[in-house]
Amino acid sequence: MSETDLLTPPTGTPAATGTAAPSPQPATPPRSARDRGRRHKLTVNAGRLAVLVVVLGGWELSTRLKLVDPFFYGQPSKVLTQIHTWISHGTSQGSLWQQINVTLEEAALGFVIGVVSGVFIGVALGRIRYLAEVLGPYIKIMNSIPRIVLGSIFIVAFGLGLTSKVLLAVVLVFFGVFFNAFQGVREVDRNLIANARILGASKWRVTKEVVLPSAFTWILASLHVSFGFALIGAIVGEFLGAQHGLGLLIRTAQGTFNANGVLAAMVIIAIVALVAEGLLTVLERRLLRWRPSQLSGPDL
Amino acid sequence: MTCTEPLFAPHPSQPTPTAIELRGVTKEFDTPGGGRYQALRDLNLTVAAGEFCAVVGPTGSGKSTTLSLVSGLEAPTAGEVMVRGRPVTGIGPEIGFVFQTDAVFPWKSVLDNVMAGPRFRGKPKAQAQADARDWLRRVGLSGFEDRYPHQLSGGMRKRVALAQSLINEPGILLMDEPFSALDVQTRAIMATELLLLWDLTRPAVVFVTHDLEEAIALADKVVVLTAGPATVKAVFPVDLPRPRVVQEVRFEAAFVELYHQIWEALRDEVMVAYARTTTAGTAPK
Repeated sequence: MSETDLLTPPTGTPAATGTAAPSPQPATPPRSARDRGRRHKLTVNAGRLAVLVVVLGGWELSTRLKLVDPFFYGQPSKVLTQIHTWISHGTSQGSLWQQINVTLEEAALGFVIGVVSGVFIGVALGRIRYLAEVLGPYIKIMNSIPRIVLGSIFIVAFGLGLTSKVLLAVVLVFFGVFFNAFQGVREVDRNLIANARILGASKWRVTKEVVLPSAFTWILASLHVSFGFALIGAIVGEFLGAQHGLGLLIRTAQGTFNANGVLAAMVIIAIVALVAEGLLTVLERRLLRWRPSQLSGPDL
Repeated sequence: MTCTEPLFAPHPSQPTPTAIELRGVTKEFDTPGGGRYQALRDLNLTVAAGEFCAVVGPTGSGKSTTLSLVSGLEAPTAGEVMVRGRPVTGIGPEIGFVFQTDAVFPWKSVLDNVMAGPRFRGKPKAQAQADARDWLRRVGLSGFEDRYPHQLSGGMRKRVALAQSLINEPGILLMDEPFSALDVQTRAIMATELLLLWDLTRPAVVFVTHDLEEAIALADKVVVLTAGPATVKAVFPVDLPRPRVVQEVRFEAAFVELYHQIWEALRDEVMVAYARTTTAGTAPK
Protein backbone atom coordinates (compact mmCIF):
# COMPACT_ATOMS: atom_id res chain seq x y z
CA MET A 1 0.00 0.00 0.00
CA SER A 2 3.05 2.18 0.29
CA GLU A 3 3.03 3.05 -3.38
CA THR A 4 -0.29 4.80 -3.04
CA ASP A 5 1.18 7.06 -0.44
CA LEU A 6 3.16 8.54 -3.26
CA LEU A 7 -0.10 10.03 -4.41
CA THR A 8 -0.36 12.07 -1.29
CA PRO A 9 0.68 15.59 -2.04
CA PRO A 10 2.20 17.66 0.74
CA THR A 11 -1.05 18.37 2.48
CA GLY A 12 -2.65 21.72 2.45
CA THR A 13 -0.11 23.42 0.27
CA PRO A 14 -1.57 26.47 -1.36
CA ALA A 15 -0.18 25.23 -4.65
CA ALA A 16 -2.50 22.26 -4.53
CA THR A 17 -5.56 24.33 -3.95
CA GLY A 18 -4.54 27.38 -5.87
CA THR A 19 -6.35 26.46 -9.03
CA ALA A 20 -9.64 25.73 -7.39
CA ALA A 21 -10.14 27.90 -4.38
CA PRO A 22 -9.34 31.54 -4.49
CA SER A 23 -7.50 31.13 -1.20
CA PRO A 24 -8.49 33.90 1.16
CA GLN A 25 -5.12 35.56 1.04
CA PRO A 26 -5.18 38.83 2.89
CA ALA A 27 -3.72 40.36 -0.21
CA THR A 28 -3.59 44.06 0.45
CA PRO A 29 -4.57 45.80 -2.73
CA PRO A 30 -2.50 48.77 -3.71
CA ARG A 31 -3.25 51.90 -1.81
CA SER A 32 -4.95 53.65 -4.67
CA ALA A 33 -7.37 50.75 -5.20
CA ARG A 34 -8.32 50.73 -1.54
CA ASP A 35 -8.87 54.45 -1.58
CA ARG A 36 -10.98 54.10 -4.64
CA GLY A 37 -13.07 51.46 -2.89
CA ARG A 38 -13.58 53.68 0.11
CA ARG A 39 -14.49 56.65 -2.02
CA HIS A 40 -16.98 54.57 -3.95
CA LYS A 41 -18.67 53.51 -0.72
CA LEU A 42 -18.81 57.10 0.40
CA THR A 43 -20.45 58.33 -2.79
CA VAL A 44 -23.02 55.53 -2.64
CA ASN A 45 -23.93 56.39 0.93
CA ALA A 46 -24.08 60.07 0.12
CA GLY A 47 -26.40 59.30 -2.78
CA ARG A 48 -28.66 57.25 -0.54
CA LEU A 49 -28.83 60.04 2.00
CA ALA A 50 -29.64 62.52 -0.74
CA VAL A 51 -32.57 60.40 -1.95
CA LEU A 52 -33.94 60.22 1.59
CA VAL A 53 -33.59 63.95 2.14
CA VAL A 54 -35.18 64.83 -1.19
CA VAL A 55 -38.18 62.51 -0.73
CA LEU A 56 -38.93 63.16 2.94
CA GLY A 57 -37.90 66.80 2.77
CA GLY A 58 -39.96 67.38 -0.35
CA TRP A 59 -42.96 65.74 1.29
CA GLU A 60 -42.57 67.76 4.50
CA LEU A 61 -42.03 70.96 2.57
CA SER A 62 -44.96 70.53 0.24
CA THR A 63 -47.31 69.82 3.15
CA ARG A 64 -46.02 72.85 5.06
CA LEU A 65 -46.46 75.03 1.98
CA LYS A 66 -49.98 73.58 1.67
CA LEU A 67 -49.22 72.26 -1.81
CA VAL A 68 -50.46 68.91 -0.50
CA ASP A 69 -53.12 68.52 2.15
CA PRO A 70 -51.52 66.96 5.25
CA PHE A 71 -54.96 65.83 6.39
CA PHE A 72 -55.02 63.24 3.61
CA TYR A 73 -51.36 62.55 3.05
CA GLY A 74 -49.81 62.99 6.46
CA GLN A 75 -46.58 64.71 7.22
CA PRO A 76 -43.21 63.08 8.08
CA SER A 77 -42.65 65.17 11.18
CA LYS A 78 -46.14 64.41 12.47
CA VAL A 79 -45.62 60.72 11.80
CA LEU A 80 -42.52 60.85 13.98
CA THR A 81 -44.47 62.69 16.69
CA GLN A 82 -47.17 60.04 16.48
CA ILE A 83 -44.65 57.23 16.96
CA HIS A 84 -43.12 59.13 19.84
CA THR A 85 -46.52 59.59 21.47
CA TRP A 86 -47.27 55.88 21.10
CA ILE A 87 -43.96 54.97 22.66
CA SER A 88 -44.22 57.37 25.60
CA HIS A 89 -47.98 57.39 26.29
CA GLY A 90 -49.14 54.15 24.72
CA THR A 91 -51.90 53.73 22.17
CA SER A 92 -55.64 53.71 22.68
CA GLN A 93 -55.50 49.88 22.91
CA GLY A 94 -52.63 49.64 25.36
CA SER A 95 -48.86 50.03 25.05
CA LEU A 96 -47.21 50.02 21.64
CA TRP A 97 -45.00 47.09 22.61
CA GLN A 98 -48.05 45.02 23.35
CA GLN A 99 -49.42 45.71 19.87
CA ILE A 100 -46.13 44.82 18.22
CA ASN A 101 -45.90 41.71 20.36
CA VAL A 102 -49.37 40.51 19.45
CA THR A 103 -48.82 41.03 15.73
CA LEU A 104 -45.38 39.45 15.83
CA GLU A 105 -46.68 36.44 17.71
CA GLU A 106 -49.44 35.88 15.15
CA ALA A 107 -47.09 36.38 12.23
CA ALA A 108 -44.33 34.19 13.66
CA LEU A 109 -46.71 31.37 14.52
CA GLY A 110 -48.34 31.55 11.11
CA PHE A 111 -44.94 31.67 9.46
CA VAL A 112 -43.58 28.63 11.28
CA ILE A 113 -46.70 26.53 10.78
CA GLY A 114 -47.00 27.60 7.15
CA VAL A 115 -43.36 26.90 6.37
CA VAL A 116 -43.26 23.53 8.11
CA SER A 117 -46.46 22.31 6.49
CA GLY A 118 -45.44 23.79 3.12
CA VAL A 119 -42.07 22.07 3.16
CA PHE A 120 -43.52 18.82 4.43
CA ILE A 121 -46.32 18.59 1.90
CA GLY A 122 -44.16 20.01 -0.89
CA VAL A 123 -41.47 17.40 -0.34
CA ALA A 124 -44.03 14.62 0.06
CA LEU A 125 -45.74 15.49 -3.21
CA GLY A 126 -42.42 16.01 -4.94
CA ARG A 127 -41.21 12.57 -3.89
CA ILE A 128 -44.44 10.59 -4.23
CA ARG A 129 -45.71 10.88 -7.74
CA TYR A 130 -49.12 9.38 -7.01
CA LEU A 131 -49.87 11.97 -4.35
CA ALA A 132 -48.84 14.76 -6.69
CA GLU A 133 -51.11 13.49 -9.44
CA VAL A 134 -54.11 13.14 -7.12
CA LEU A 135 -53.72 16.38 -5.18
CA GLY A 136 -52.16 18.54 -7.88
CA PRO A 137 -55.36 20.02 -9.33
CA TYR A 138 -56.82 20.81 -5.90
CA ILE A 139 -53.73 22.66 -4.86
CA LYS A 140 -53.85 24.66 -8.06
CA ILE A 141 -57.49 25.54 -7.41
CA MET A 142 -56.78 26.55 -3.84
CA ASN A 143 -53.88 28.65 -4.99
CA SER A 144 -56.04 30.57 -7.43
CA ILE A 145 -58.55 31.53 -4.73
CA PRO A 146 -57.92 35.03 -3.40
CA ARG A 147 -57.03 33.63 -0.01
CA ILE A 148 -57.13 36.90 1.84
CA VAL A 149 -60.92 36.63 1.70
CA LEU A 150 -60.68 33.55 3.88
CA GLY A 151 -59.79 35.97 6.67
CA SER A 152 -63.45 36.93 7.00
CA ILE A 153 -64.43 33.29 7.41
CA PHE A 154 -61.71 32.69 9.98
CA ILE A 155 -62.84 35.69 12.05
CA VAL A 156 -66.41 34.45 11.99
CA ALA A 157 -65.42 30.89 12.80
CA PHE A 158 -62.62 31.43 15.30
CA GLY A 159 -63.39 34.83 16.80
CA LEU A 160 -61.28 37.88 17.42
CA GLY A 161 -58.43 36.06 19.11
CA LEU A 162 -55.10 34.68 17.97
CA THR A 163 -56.31 31.65 16.02
CA SER A 164 -58.00 33.48 13.15
CA LYS A 165 -54.91 35.62 12.44
CA VAL A 166 -52.54 32.70 12.63
CA LEU A 167 -54.71 30.73 10.23
CA LEU A 168 -54.81 33.55 7.73
CA ALA A 169 -51.01 33.90 7.94
CA VAL A 170 -50.61 30.13 7.48
CA VAL A 171 -52.82 30.12 4.40
CA LEU A 172 -50.82 32.95 2.85
CA VAL A 173 -47.42 31.47 3.70
CA PHE A 174 -48.16 27.86 2.86
CA PHE A 175 -48.55 28.09 -0.90
CA GLY A 176 -45.40 30.03 -1.62
CA VAL A 177 -43.32 27.62 0.42
CA PHE A 178 -45.17 24.61 -0.92
CA PHE A 179 -44.60 25.43 -4.59
CA ASN A 180 -40.95 26.20 -3.99
CA ALA A 181 -40.37 23.01 -2.02
CA PHE A 182 -42.20 20.97 -4.65
CA GLN A 183 -40.23 22.52 -7.49
CA GLY A 184 -37.01 22.23 -5.52
CA VAL A 185 -37.58 18.51 -5.04
CA ARG A 186 -38.34 18.08 -8.72
CA GLU A 187 -35.16 19.87 -9.73
CA VAL A 188 -32.81 17.71 -7.69
CA ASP A 189 -29.96 16.44 -9.84
CA ARG A 190 -30.87 12.87 -10.85
CA ASN A 191 -27.20 11.94 -10.67
CA LEU A 192 -27.03 12.87 -7.01
CA ILE A 193 -30.00 10.67 -6.22
CA ALA A 194 -28.58 7.79 -8.27
CA ASN A 195 -25.24 8.19 -6.52
CA ALA A 196 -26.83 8.13 -3.06
CA ARG A 197 -28.88 5.06 -3.91
CA ILE A 198 -25.86 3.18 -5.22
CA LEU A 199 -23.90 4.16 -2.13
CA GLY A 200 -26.61 2.37 -0.19
CA ALA A 201 -29.10 5.04 0.88
CA SER A 202 -32.68 4.01 1.59
CA LYS A 203 -35.50 6.05 0.09
CA TRP A 204 -35.90 7.94 3.36
CA ARG A 205 -32.17 8.67 3.58
CA VAL A 206 -32.22 9.95 0.00
CA THR A 207 -35.04 12.33 0.91
CA LYS A 208 -33.35 13.48 4.08
CA GLU A 209 -29.77 13.76 2.93
CA VAL A 210 -30.03 14.53 -0.77
CA VAL A 211 -33.45 15.89 -1.67
CA LEU A 212 -33.98 18.19 1.30
CA PRO A 213 -30.57 19.87 1.27
CA SER A 214 -30.77 20.22 -2.47
CA ALA A 215 -34.24 21.76 -2.35
CA PHE A 216 -33.18 24.04 0.46
CA THR A 217 -31.95 26.70 -1.92
CA TRP A 218 -35.44 26.93 -3.35
CA ILE A 219 -37.15 26.78 0.02
CA LEU A 220 -34.98 29.48 1.52
CA ALA A 221 -35.67 31.76 -1.41
CA SER A 222 -39.37 31.49 -0.63
CA LEU A 223 -38.87 32.28 3.06
CA HIS A 224 -37.95 35.88 2.36
CA VAL A 225 -41.26 36.55 0.70
CA SER A 226 -43.09 34.33 3.15
CA PHE A 227 -42.40 36.31 6.28
CA GLY A 228 -43.81 39.33 4.51
CA PHE A 229 -46.93 37.29 3.73
CA ALA A 230 -47.19 36.17 7.35
CA LEU A 231 -47.11 39.78 8.49
CA ILE A 232 -49.74 40.71 5.93
CA GLY A 233 -51.91 37.83 7.12
CA ALA A 234 -51.65 38.91 10.74
CA ILE A 235 -52.30 42.56 10.00
CA VAL A 236 -55.21 42.00 7.63
CA GLY A 237 -56.66 39.58 10.19
CA GLU A 238 -56.44 42.26 12.85
CA PHE A 239 -57.87 44.74 10.44
CA LEU A 240 -60.90 42.53 9.94
CA GLY A 241 -61.52 42.08 13.64
CA ALA A 242 -59.29 42.09 16.70
CA GLN A 243 -58.76 43.52 20.14
CA HIS A 244 -55.05 44.15 19.84
CA GLY A 245 -52.31 44.47 17.29
CA LEU A 246 -50.84 46.79 14.69
CA GLY A 247 -53.60 46.07 12.23
CA LEU A 248 -56.19 47.29 14.69
CA LEU A 249 -54.01 50.32 15.30
CA ILE A 250 -54.21 51.13 11.62
CA ARG A 251 -57.95 50.65 11.58
CA THR A 252 -58.42 52.87 14.59
CA ALA A 253 -56.28 55.56 12.97
CA GLN A 254 -58.25 55.22 9.76
CA GLY A 255 -61.51 55.47 11.69
CA THR A 256 -60.41 58.77 13.21
CA PHE A 257 -59.10 60.13 9.89
CA ASN A 258 -55.60 60.07 11.31
CA ALA A 259 -53.35 59.67 8.22
CA ASN A 260 -50.25 60.12 10.36
CA GLY A 261 -51.38 57.24 12.57
CA VAL A 262 -51.75 54.93 9.57
CA LEU A 263 -48.33 55.92 8.28
CA ALA A 264 -46.74 55.59 11.70
CA ALA A 265 -48.06 52.03 12.04
CA MET A 266 -46.76 51.35 8.54
CA VAL A 267 -43.29 52.55 9.51
CA ILE A 268 -43.31 50.29 12.56
CA ILE A 269 -44.38 47.29 10.48
CA ALA A 270 -41.66 48.05 7.95
CA ILE A 271 -39.05 48.07 10.71
CA VAL A 272 -40.32 44.75 12.04
CA ALA A 273 -40.21 43.25 8.54
CA LEU A 274 -36.69 44.52 7.92
CA VAL A 275 -35.41 43.03 11.17
CA ALA A 276 -37.01 39.69 10.31
CA GLU A 277 -35.50 39.83 6.84
CA GLY A 278 -32.08 40.45 8.36
CA LEU A 279 -32.46 37.44 10.64
CA LEU A 280 -33.50 35.28 7.68
CA THR A 281 -30.46 36.38 5.71
CA VAL A 282 -28.19 35.39 8.58
CA LEU A 283 -29.93 32.02 8.73
CA GLU A 284 -29.58 31.57 4.99
CA ARG A 285 -25.85 32.30 5.10
CA ARG A 286 -25.37 29.72 7.81
CA LEU A 287 -27.38 27.03 6.08
CA LEU A 288 -25.95 27.58 2.62
CA ARG A 289 -22.31 27.73 3.64
CA TRP A 290 -21.55 24.95 1.18
CA ARG A 291 -22.47 27.08 -1.81
CA PRO A 292 -19.80 28.98 -3.71
CA SER A 293 -20.31 32.65 -3.13
CA GLN A 294 -21.77 34.35 -6.12
CA LEU A 295 -20.69 37.77 -5.06
CA SER A 296 -17.15 37.34 -6.28
CA GLY A 297 -18.06 37.38 -9.97
CA PRO A 298 -18.17 40.44 -12.15
CA ASP A 299 -21.27 42.61 -12.17
CA LEU A 300 -23.44 41.57 -15.04
CA MET B 1 -13.21 -13.82 -23.11
CA THR B 2 -11.37 -13.55 -19.85
CA CYS B 3 -7.92 -12.11 -20.20
CA THR B 4 -5.14 -11.20 -17.83
CA GLU B 5 -5.49 -12.73 -14.40
CA PRO B 6 -4.94 -10.50 -11.41
CA LEU B 7 -1.23 -10.56 -10.73
CA PHE B 8 -1.57 -11.93 -7.23
CA ALA B 9 -4.35 -14.39 -7.93
CA PRO B 10 -3.56 -17.48 -5.89
CA HIS B 11 -4.34 -20.08 -8.53
CA PRO B 12 -4.05 -18.53 -11.95
CA SER B 13 -4.93 -21.83 -13.53
CA GLN B 14 -8.44 -21.89 -12.02
CA PRO B 15 -11.20 -20.30 -14.10
CA THR B 16 -11.94 -16.85 -12.76
CA PRO B 17 -15.53 -16.45 -11.58
CA THR B 18 -17.72 -14.25 -13.70
CA ALA B 19 -18.55 -10.89 -12.15
CA ILE B 20 -20.90 -9.51 -14.78
CA GLU B 21 -22.76 -11.21 -17.53
CA LEU B 22 -25.17 -9.65 -20.01
CA ARG B 23 -27.03 -12.15 -22.16
CA GLY B 24 -28.98 -11.01 -25.19
CA VAL B 25 -29.83 -7.72 -23.55
CA THR B 26 -32.11 -5.27 -25.30
CA LYS B 27 -33.13 -1.95 -23.85
CA GLU B 28 -35.77 0.36 -25.27
CA PHE B 29 -36.91 3.76 -24.11
CA ASP B 30 -40.11 5.64 -24.79
CA THR B 31 -39.41 8.76 -26.76
CA PRO B 32 -41.32 11.98 -26.05
CA GLY B 33 -42.95 11.62 -29.47
CA GLY B 34 -44.58 8.36 -28.37
CA GLY B 35 -42.22 6.05 -30.24
CA ARG B 36 -39.67 3.58 -28.97
CA TYR B 37 -35.98 4.15 -29.07
CA GLN B 38 -33.74 1.14 -29.00
CA ALA B 39 -30.51 1.83 -27.15
CA LEU B 40 -29.18 -1.73 -26.89
CA ARG B 41 -29.94 -4.70 -29.12
CA ASP B 42 -29.03 -8.26 -28.24
CA LEU B 43 -25.92 -7.30 -26.35
CA ASN B 44 -23.67 -9.99 -24.88
CA LEU B 45 -20.86 -9.13 -22.52
CA THR B 46 -18.92 -10.95 -19.83
CA VAL B 47 -16.56 -9.44 -17.31
CA ALA B 48 -14.55 -11.67 -15.00
CA ALA B 49 -13.97 -10.92 -11.33
CA GLY B 50 -11.09 -8.51 -10.96
CA GLU B 51 -11.05 -7.76 -14.66
CA PHE B 52 -10.73 -4.23 -16.00
CA CYS B 53 -12.99 -3.92 -19.01
CA ALA B 54 -13.17 -0.77 -21.09
CA VAL B 55 -16.17 -0.12 -23.32
CA VAL B 56 -15.70 2.18 -26.27
CA GLY B 57 -18.19 3.23 -28.88
CA PRO B 58 -19.40 6.28 -30.74
CA THR B 59 -21.45 8.94 -29.01
CA GLY B 60 -24.97 7.89 -28.16
CA SER B 61 -24.25 4.22 -28.60
CA GLY B 62 -25.79 3.14 -25.33
CA LYS B 63 -22.59 2.83 -23.35
CA SER B 64 -24.11 4.54 -20.32
CA THR B 65 -27.27 2.49 -20.67
CA THR B 66 -25.19 -0.65 -20.28
CA LEU B 67 -23.88 0.64 -16.99
CA SER B 68 -27.28 1.59 -15.63
CA LEU B 69 -28.49 -1.93 -16.41
CA VAL B 70 -25.59 -3.52 -14.55
CA SER B 71 -26.04 -1.17 -11.60
CA GLY B 72 -29.73 -2.00 -11.33
CA LEU B 73 -30.80 1.61 -11.81
CA GLU B 74 -32.73 0.37 -14.83
CA ALA B 75 -34.09 -2.96 -15.96
CA PRO B 76 -33.56 -4.45 -19.44
CA THR B 77 -36.46 -4.71 -21.87
CA ALA B 78 -35.32 -8.19 -22.85
CA GLY B 79 -32.45 -10.45 -21.97
CA GLU B 80 -30.66 -11.17 -18.74
CA VAL B 81 -28.28 -9.13 -16.60
CA MET B 82 -26.39 -11.21 -14.08
CA VAL B 83 -24.06 -9.95 -11.39
CA ARG B 84 -22.00 -12.64 -9.68
CA GLY B 85 -24.25 -15.29 -11.09
CA ARG B 86 -27.50 -13.76 -9.84
CA PRO B 87 -29.96 -11.79 -11.92
CA VAL B 88 -30.04 -8.07 -11.13
CA THR B 89 -33.33 -7.03 -9.55
CA GLY B 90 -32.37 -3.75 -7.96
CA ILE B 91 -29.39 -1.78 -6.84
CA GLY B 92 -26.95 -4.30 -5.43
CA PRO B 93 -24.66 -3.65 -2.48
CA GLU B 94 -21.59 -4.80 -4.39
CA ILE B 95 -21.85 -2.02 -6.96
CA GLY B 96 -19.79 1.16 -7.07
CA PHE B 97 -20.52 3.86 -9.63
CA VAL B 98 -18.43 6.84 -10.67
CA PHE B 99 -20.47 9.28 -12.70
CA GLN B 100 -19.48 11.41 -15.64
CA THR B 101 -20.62 14.64 -14.02
CA ASP B 102 -19.94 15.61 -10.45
CA ALA B 103 -22.13 13.53 -8.22
CA VAL B 104 -20.50 14.31 -4.91
CA PHE B 105 -22.89 16.05 -2.53
CA PRO B 106 -22.08 19.74 -2.67
CA TRP B 107 -23.52 20.44 0.79
CA LYS B 108 -21.37 17.84 2.49
CA SER B 109 -17.73 18.36 3.38
CA VAL B 110 -15.15 16.11 1.72
CA LEU B 111 -15.03 13.85 4.76
CA ASP B 112 -18.81 13.61 5.03
CA ASN B 113 -19.00 12.81 1.33
CA VAL B 114 -16.59 9.92 1.60
CA MET B 115 -18.22 8.51 4.73
CA ALA B 116 -21.69 8.76 3.21
CA GLY B 117 -21.61 5.21 1.84
CA PRO B 118 -20.69 3.46 5.09
CA ARG B 119 -23.17 5.65 6.96
CA PHE B 120 -25.96 4.79 4.51
CA ARG B 121 -25.08 1.16 5.08
CA GLY B 122 -25.37 1.50 8.81
CA LYS B 123 -21.74 1.60 9.94
CA PRO B 124 -21.17 3.45 13.21
CA LYS B 125 -20.04 7.02 12.78
CA ALA B 126 -16.59 6.69 14.33
CA GLN B 127 -15.77 3.67 12.20
CA ALA B 128 -17.04 5.36 9.03
CA GLN B 129 -14.99 8.43 9.83
CA ALA B 130 -11.82 6.44 10.34
CA ASP B 131 -12.35 4.56 7.09
CA ALA B 132 -13.05 7.79 5.24
CA ARG B 133 -9.84 9.38 6.50
CA ASP B 134 -8.00 6.29 5.39
CA TRP B 135 -9.44 6.49 1.88
CA LEU B 136 -8.83 10.20 1.65
CA ARG B 137 -5.19 9.52 2.41
CA ARG B 138 -5.11 6.91 -0.32
CA VAL B 139 -6.48 9.29 -2.92
CA GLY B 140 -4.10 11.98 -1.73
CA LEU B 141 -6.61 14.30 -0.12
CA SER B 142 -5.44 14.26 3.49
CA GLY B 143 -5.84 17.74 4.89
CA PHE B 144 -8.86 18.54 2.75
CA GLU B 145 -11.44 16.82 4.97
CA ASP B 146 -13.28 19.99 5.90
CA ARG B 147 -13.44 21.54 2.44
CA TYR B 148 -16.63 21.70 0.45
CA PRO B 149 -16.56 20.28 -3.09
CA HIS B 150 -16.84 23.71 -4.72
CA GLN B 151 -13.55 24.63 -3.07
CA LEU B 152 -11.73 21.83 -4.89
CA SER B 153 -10.46 21.49 -8.45
CA GLY B 154 -12.14 19.13 -10.89
CA GLY B 155 -9.44 16.50 -10.44
CA MET B 156 -9.74 16.66 -6.66
CA ARG B 157 -13.52 16.29 -6.84
CA LYS B 158 -13.02 13.20 -8.98
CA ARG B 159 -10.73 11.76 -6.32
CA VAL B 160 -13.40 12.42 -3.72
CA ALA B 161 -15.86 10.57 -5.95
CA LEU B 162 -13.42 7.68 -6.29
CA ALA B 163 -12.87 7.44 -2.54
CA GLN B 164 -16.62 7.71 -2.02
CA SER B 165 -17.20 4.69 -4.25
CA LEU B 166 -14.22 2.59 -3.23
CA ILE B 167 -14.80 2.92 0.52
CA ASN B 168 -17.74 0.54 0.11
CA GLU B 169 -15.25 -1.95 -1.34
CA PRO B 170 -17.46 -2.76 -4.31
CA GLY B 171 -16.88 -6.02 -6.11
CA ILE B 172 -17.94 -4.23 -9.26
CA LEU B 173 -16.95 -0.72 -10.15
CA LEU B 174 -18.82 1.01 -12.96
CA MET B 175 -17.32 4.15 -14.41
CA ASP B 176 -19.16 6.34 -16.89
CA GLU B 177 -16.61 8.50 -18.70
CA PRO B 178 -15.37 9.55 -15.29
CA PHE B 179 -12.51 11.73 -16.49
CA SER B 180 -14.09 13.32 -19.54
CA ALA B 181 -14.59 16.66 -17.82
CA LEU B 182 -10.92 16.96 -16.88
CA ASP B 183 -8.13 18.54 -18.88
CA VAL B 184 -5.82 16.22 -20.78
CA GLN B 185 -2.90 16.23 -18.33
CA THR B 186 -5.07 15.75 -15.26
CA ARG B 187 -6.84 12.93 -17.06
CA ALA B 188 -3.67 10.93 -17.60
CA ILE B 189 -2.60 11.44 -13.99
CA MET B 190 -6.02 10.43 -12.69
CA ALA B 191 -5.99 7.33 -14.89
CA THR B 192 -2.67 6.20 -13.44
CA GLU B 193 -3.96 6.83 -9.94
CA LEU B 194 -7.08 4.88 -10.74
CA LEU B 195 -4.95 1.86 -11.65
CA LEU B 196 -3.09 2.08 -8.33
CA LEU B 197 -6.37 2.33 -6.42
CA TRP B 198 -7.90 -0.48 -8.44
CA ASP B 199 -4.99 -2.68 -7.42
CA LEU B 200 -5.88 -2.23 -3.73
CA THR B 201 -9.24 -3.99 -3.87
CA ARG B 202 -9.29 -5.36 -7.42
CA PRO B 203 -12.95 -4.92 -8.27
CA ALA B 204 -14.23 -5.88 -11.69
CA VAL B 205 -14.37 -2.61 -13.61
CA VAL B 206 -16.51 -1.55 -16.52
CA PHE B 207 -15.02 1.67 -17.73
CA VAL B 208 -17.03 3.50 -20.38
CA THR B 209 -15.12 6.01 -22.45
CA HIS B 210 -14.98 7.46 -25.92
CA ASP B 211 -11.23 7.84 -25.66
CA LEU B 212 -9.59 4.78 -27.19
CA GLU B 213 -6.15 5.66 -25.86
CA GLU B 214 -7.48 5.82 -22.32
CA ALA B 215 -9.31 2.55 -22.81
CA ILE B 216 -6.24 0.62 -23.96
CA ALA B 217 -3.96 2.15 -21.34
CA LEU B 218 -6.27 1.09 -18.52
CA ALA B 219 -8.00 -2.09 -19.49
CA ASP B 220 -7.50 -5.83 -19.64
CA LYS B 221 -9.89 -5.93 -22.54
CA VAL B 222 -11.53 -3.37 -24.77
CA VAL B 223 -15.08 -3.90 -25.98
CA VAL B 224 -16.13 -2.01 -29.11
CA LEU B 225 -19.82 -1.24 -29.43
CA THR B 226 -21.62 -0.50 -32.67
CA ALA B 227 -23.41 2.74 -33.37
CA GLY B 228 -26.83 2.66 -31.68
CA PRO B 229 -28.71 0.41 -31.17
CA ALA B 230 -25.57 -0.92 -29.61
CA THR B 231 -24.33 -4.45 -29.69
CA VAL B 232 -20.83 -5.79 -29.24
CA LYS B 233 -18.83 -5.45 -32.41
CA ALA B 234 -15.53 -6.87 -31.23
CA VAL B 235 -13.56 -7.63 -28.08
CA PHE B 236 -9.82 -7.03 -27.89
CA PRO B 237 -7.69 -8.44 -25.08
CA VAL B 238 -5.00 -6.02 -23.95
CA ASP B 239 -1.97 -7.89 -22.68
CA LEU B 240 0.28 -4.98 -21.90
CA PRO B 241 2.21 -5.70 -18.69
CA ARG B 242 1.10 -4.16 -15.42
CA PRO B 243 1.74 -1.99 -13.51
CA ARG B 244 1.24 0.56 -16.26
CA VAL B 245 1.90 4.26 -16.27
CA VAL B 246 -0.82 5.72 -18.44
CA GLN B 247 1.26 8.68 -19.55
CA GLU B 248 3.97 6.42 -20.94
CA VAL B 249 2.40 3.14 -21.98
CA ARG B 250 1.06 4.74 -25.12
CA PHE B 251 4.55 4.95 -26.64
CA GLU B 252 5.07 1.19 -26.56
CA ALA B 253 4.99 -0.67 -29.85
CA ALA B 254 2.40 -3.17 -28.63
CA PHE B 255 0.13 -0.31 -27.61
CA VAL B 256 0.37 1.34 -31.00
CA GLU B 257 -0.34 -1.96 -32.73
CA LEU B 258 -3.44 -2.53 -30.59
CA TYR B 259 -4.60 1.00 -31.17
CA HIS B 260 -4.49 0.42 -34.92
CA GLN B 261 -6.45 -2.81 -34.66
CA ILE B 262 -9.17 -1.44 -32.42
CA TRP B 263 -9.45 1.81 -34.29
CA GLU B 264 -10.02 -0.19 -37.44
CA ALA B 265 -13.11 -1.69 -35.78
CA LEU B 266 -14.25 1.53 -34.17
CA ARG B 267 -13.83 3.81 -37.15
CA ASP B 268 -16.80 2.59 -39.17
CA GLU B 269 -19.10 2.92 -36.18
CA VAL B 270 -17.88 6.41 -35.46
CA MET B 271 -18.50 7.38 -39.07
CA VAL B 272 -22.02 5.94 -38.97
CA ALA B 273 -22.84 7.82 -35.77
CA TYR B 274 -21.33 10.99 -37.12
CA ALA B 275 -23.29 10.78 -40.37
CA ARG B 276 -26.50 10.54 -38.34
CA THR B 277 -25.79 13.68 -36.41
CA THR B 278 -24.99 15.67 -39.51
CA THR B 279 -27.79 14.59 -41.82
CA ALA B 280 -30.82 15.85 -40.01
CA GLY B 281 -34.03 13.85 -40.18
CA THR B 282 -32.47 10.67 -41.49
CA ALA B 283 -31.86 9.18 -38.04
CA PRO B 284 -33.46 5.77 -37.70
CA LYS B 285 -36.61 5.65 -35.66
